[in-house]
Amino acid sequence: MIALTGKNQSYVLVLYGLCFPLIHVAHAQFILKMAAVQGGMGDADIKTDIKTEPSADGFGNNNANDGRVLSASPGSSSSTGSNKQTAAVTPEDQQTLLAVLQFLKKNKLSESVEILRREPGSDTNSDQPDVSVVLSAYSQQGDPTLYKVYYRDLKKFIETVLDCHRAELSQVFYPLFVHMYLELVYNNHESEAKAFFEKFSGDQECYYEEDLRILSGLTKKEHMRGNETLLDFRTSKFVLRISRDSYQLLKRHLQERQNNQIWNIIQEHLYIDIFDGMPRSKSQIDAMSGSLAGEAKREANKTKVYYGLLKEPEIELPLDDEDEEAENEEGKPKKKKPKKDSVGSKSKKQDPNAPSQNRIPLPELKDSDKLDKIMYMKEATKRIRLGPDNLPSVCFYTFLNAYQGLTAVDLTDDSSLIAGGFADSTVRVWSVTPKKLRKVKSAADLNLIDKESDDVLERIMDEKTASESKIMYGHSGPVYGISFSPDRNYLLSSSEDGTVRLWSLLTFTCLVAYKGHNYPVWDTQFSPYGYYFVSGGHDRVARLWATDHYQPLRIFSGHLADITCTRFHPNSNYVATGSSDRTIRLWDVLSGNCVRIFTGHKGPIHSLAFSPNGKFLASGATDGRVLLWDIGHGLMVGELKGHTDTIYSLRFSRDGEILASGSMDNTVRLWDAMKAFDDLETDDFTAATGHIHLQDNSQELLLGTYTTKSTPVIHLHFTRRNLLLAAGVSQL
Amino acid sequence: MAEERRQKHCSVVLPTESMKAMAESVGVGQLQEDSCVALSEEVSYRIKEIAQDALKFMHHGKRRKLTTSDIDNALKLKNVEPLYGFQSQEFIPFRFASGGGRELHFYEEKEADLSDIINTPLPRVPLDVSLKGNQSQYIYFLFFCIFFSNGIFNFYSVLVCSSPAHWLSIEGMQPAIPENPPPATKEQQKAESTEPLKVVKPGQEEEGTIQGKSQGTTTPDGKGKEKGLIRLKPRSTHELSVEQQLYYKEITEACVGSCEAKRAEALQSIATDPGLYQMLPRFSTFISEGVRVNVVQNNLALLIYLMRMVKALMDNPTLYLEKYLHELIPAVVTCIVSKQLCLRPDVDNHWALRDFAARLMAQSCKTFSTTTNNIQSRITKTFTKSWLDDKTQWTTRYGCIAGLAELGSDVIKTLIIPRLAVEGARIKAVMEGPVVSNIDKIGAEHVQSLLLKHCASVIAKLRPQPDNVDQYRTDYGYLGPMLCSHVMKARTQAALQAQQVNRTTLTITQPRPTLSVSQSGLSGSSGPRTPSIIKVPSSLTLMSPRPGTPSQPSPPATKYIVMATSAGAASTQQVITLSSSQSASPVTSTVPSATSTLQPLVKLESGSGAGLTASRPLQKYIVVSLPSSASSSLETKSSVLPTSISSSSLDGGMKLERSESPGASTQSPH
Repeated sequence: MIALTGKNQSYVLVLYGLCFPLIHVAHAQFILKMAAVQGGMGDADIKTDIKTEPSADGFGNNNANDGRVLSASPGSSSSTGSNKQTAAVTPEDQQTLLAVLQFLKKNKLSESVEILRREPGSDTNSDQPDVSVVLSAYSQQGDPTLYKVYYRDLKKFIETVLDCHRAELSQVFYPLFVHMYLELVYNNHESEAKAFFEKFSGDQECYYEEDLRILSGLTKKEHMRGNETLLDFRTSKFVLRISRDSYQLLKRHLQERQNNQIWNIIQEHLYIDIFDGMPRSKSQIDAMSGSLAGEAKREANKTKVYYGLLKEPEIELPLDDEDEEAENEEGKPKKKKPKKDSVGSKSKKQDPNAPSQNRIPLPELKDSDKLDKIMYMKEATKRIRLGPDNLPSVCFYTFLNAYQGLTAVDLTDDSSLIAGGFADSTVRVWSVTPKKLRKVKSAADLNLIDKESDDVLERIMDEKTASESKIMYGHSGPVYGISFSPDRNYLLSSSEDGTVRLWSLLTFTCLVAYKGHNYPVWDTQFSPYGYYFVSGGHDRVARLWATDHYQPLRIFSGHLADITCTRFHPNSNYVATGSSDRTIRLWDVLSGNCVRIFTGHKGPIHSLAFSPNGKFLASGATDGRVLLWDIGHGLMVGELKGHTDTIYSLRFSRDGEILASGSMDNTVRLWDAMKAFDDLETDDFTAATGHIHLQDNSQELLLGTYTTKSTPVIHLHFTRRNLLLAAGVSQL
Repeated sequence: MAEERRQKHCSVVLPTESMKAMAESVGVGQLQEDSCVALSEEVSYRIKEIAQDALKFMHHGKRRKLTTSDIDNALKLKNVEPLYGFQSQEFIPFRFASGGGRELHFYEEKEADLSDIINTPLPRVPLDVSLKGNQSQYIYFLFFCIFFSNGIFNFYSVLVCSSPAHWLSIEGMQPAIPENPPPATKEQQKAESTEPLKVVKPGQEEEGTIQGKSQGTTTPDGKGKEKGLIRLKPRSTHELSVEQQLYYKEITEACVGSCEAKRAEALQSIATDPGLYQMLPRFSTFISEGVRVNVVQNNLALLIYLMRMVKALMDNPTLYLEKYLHELIPAVVTCIVSKQLCLRPDVDNHWALRDFAARLMAQSCKTFSTTTNNIQSRITKTFTKSWLDDKTQWTTRYGCIAGLAELGSDVIKTLIIPRLAVEGARIKAVMEGPVVSNIDKIGAEHVQSLLLKHCASVIAKLRPQPDNVDQYRTDYGYLGPMLCSHVMKARTQAALQAQQVNRTTLTITQPRPTLSVSQSGLSGSSGPRTPSIIKVPSSLTLMSPRPGTPSQPSPPATKYIVMATSAGAASTQQVITLSSSQSASPVTSTVPSATSTLQPLVKLESGSGAGLTASRPLQKYIVVSLPSSASSSLETKSSVLPTSISSSSLDGGMKLERSESPGASTQSPH
């Protein structure tokens, strides 16, 4: 039995068959896409992603949510408005259906194929379905020589409209240009395409340069088949946000001129998000544009996000410790953590914006975790209060003799261990404190230990293995992502070989290799509460895993290009992913839905950081800018300019007053995050239009720039006392 | 729309000839032109695609260079087998040869002598990745900890001792240490000193100083110079933080002190430390004043020490010395030509100092002489003039000749050799005439050997063989015969050396470069730094939890040990203050004890203040220790350039720091 909902093109195949598997259609689509890219890759290479239900109650939930995953992603949604909703299945749906059928066939899921066939609307004769049919939309053509005229006409028109509309209407240029060019290429008008490109490519905004470079290489119809960028363009609608007045103006012009060619493209390949109100200014538009598929639709950011923090479990602190530290009360009492005494934590009300404590099941606190929490609180009382007048000290760890092979660094929360991932596939762990790294004794030796003794934890360690660093072998490609578990017992690493590996820091061996991504995994991170982790890579999906499941619990799909970085929200209920498609998405761990799409970066995003209070997100990209986002409102709230190269690391200080950014340009910069967020007046957010006016105050917010000696900064970490640690490898 | 930006997206396509050549290489003879075009387009497109993917790997590898492994990974992504065997970063030198109607590209392999390979010393083994940097200068930070941090004092000191890292910034200030880029690069220093009138906003100078103060060692270039009204010659301020004052004091004391080991380390520090820019005017004055005083007092040892300081300063690649030549060159020249440099000219070897200073002079001529300052010609003129004077003493004469001789063979050829006969006659008069004084005789002897030493090699190149004693006598007079034997010696030596040179070049050609390249990363960052003065060979002693007493003897190589022992030598009180602060600091494992460590400071300071400092002005050292408050009063004081560091002034600095520490009142006593 299959439930097929035509609405929003969300197909949810629920096979109440043998094992209740749930095939994620978006993912299937992606795999098909990748298969197309590979051009005839064997069946064996395609891994089916069967998602098992993590919990009984999540079932119905998931069902609905999977549909929304699709609807939220412009990639698979094609319903531009109400006009198509009535039709049961549009031609485009058919193509998708065919693709799904082909996929099922390939994987010998014949029963599912049969069932799907019997569904109304899918009664097509799918003898030779080909992925290339998705391209066929370009086949209708006008006179190729007129394309230039059409484009020039439109350009002339837009240049002559009133100033207030010009900026808005100019947004149309880029998507139109690309689609017209692709149509020309698709229809084998090679020389016209070339001329068209040369004539108008210079007009496009500079931040599209990279895409234009890809386009310029693409001159033949044959090339289009395997080109991912093109498929992205074709399969996803470019989203534009235009005020009603401007839109009417454009519409009238095109209809007057009988310019069907352009009108068709606008109808079919563009999604115009019309809003009522004042047209936006050029700077407002520039701030939000730049992503591969235009801006986010307004509806995409409407879902409520529980960005508050979870309540901390109450832990009794031994009183004598407090007396000892009574003198040193400079540390600001943390929002995140309860006060030292239990009275303080009781008075703390549950944050209205916080998700309920058990929204997602979190692991139980162990005794050792509680001890660690106590340590944390003790340290927190000694924390320095940072601010513009009280900047943190920066301690820099330089990796020597790494021969440029260092690709990832992570530090434990208590700053006791540092781990490095290397291009030669190794993972190395160093102890930063005088305490050396020791392995657990062998099983035979462990048997001899008196298990009742108080210091059993100390006794199980093998003193003979003590050393300052340990090397772990296992990956077969460069290690691009690395993350410590909060309890410091595990280490995650993700690699070019497509696996994520879990290492034990007690035995310094590999425990699990999580296979699922078939392509390089660019980043991975543990949840702040442990147990869960997220990974994302070249296959454009992020996966949520639990350490004790060898298959992912959730698959977050929707990005149009590689996922370059992944971060957990401090409350562990959300995951943020940054991508090469120049968007940031926020995913709900519970449902798997995309709840926020942030556009505005002009290059692949390489670093993300949540503010400690969970309200804000900072992101850094290859364009050298740091953007600040309000998660609750789903808006960009700040732009920090200053870096001249890719920003590889971002970190908020423990109390969120300072944002530190580290970049390829060999600098660490400190920004006044307090000021950046304080100046905001949330009432100003015109909820209807969803855009705000950004003032250019980067220079005021920049508190310090510290240059290293040709050492790119690839990791930053605030210790529990707010000392900033930075790491990098010397390029001398 | 960005109309102005018209970037060419050139669609470069491989030439069809390459397609043909490649086709032929795999045995396809006749390839149609059309197919070639189609092929080259397709290949170009695929190559671009792969390059784009490879870039992705480069970005994630956090590199700026695309490597062959990135291409391999991109190919793997496309399910294409990677290209094997392209690991080499070196250019493969194909050579071309033609002849007999054939063209040939071949890889030239040189014949290698096995015995040479065997005899070559092994290169250094490439090192493994490590987090451990060299542990220099951490003690420097210890001072930052004491002075700047309040509550976190203890944590810093722990990090200081065990840390493999360095401080990129301390509470917003970037310390000037070898691991950090120099606060003001040589170019900046040059720009600052050569920049003509700069437009300055009225009131900006105060602003600049305040800013410079709060930022410590960074360049004092204030903001807002663009929208000003008055044109001013920029005044460069050189403010020293308390640490820098301490450093300056220790370095100068070590340089002129009695312990040779310490001096070596101090000089090493001067020669390598990148953060000395701010102290340069002080060093320069120190040297010029020092020479002036010690020449009068005929203190040969001190003069030698000062010349070694000049040498160290010149060796430091981060310093822009041009600004201070007006002080340094007179000092150096004094050491070359002064009539008397020591108390007992007959016994002491002041000749060595003259030689050394002459070499320094030659070096500075080489590095600093420009068409505007004309140092070399001016110096040459000075030397020649006093040499030609008949009344010049033998010592000065020696200095002049040495100074000229060091300037190179051209100068010897044109200025010294023509005068050999005259000089020989003069020497003869002293040597063979009536004994006037022993001193003169010694002087003449030295001049004679100096002339022989320098002229022989030049004449060896000038004159054709064979060397005839009589010929020499006619040409060069009294010195002729001796010159002749020297020249012959020089010739045989040159011949020997030439052989040796040949041999060494042979060994150099061994294929070592790949290995030594791998060393470069290390040597750049840590290699030459290790012997720096601030190196802490025994950091553990600092970290030890037992409270050290001020009198406790400490390992001699530590920087602050330097202070402690030199304190003993100088028997001034403030140094004891220092050593107590240093040795007491490791005690503090908790914050309450941090305040207690500061106690001794207070005591000592007050004691010394009462004992010593009644008359000395404390004010000028307030400057850096108070970054935020009391800014207006500081500006005037900061411009005072201290010619010597007085002990009391340091106490002033300490006192202020003390007053900033927690628990004490924040008011400055001044």
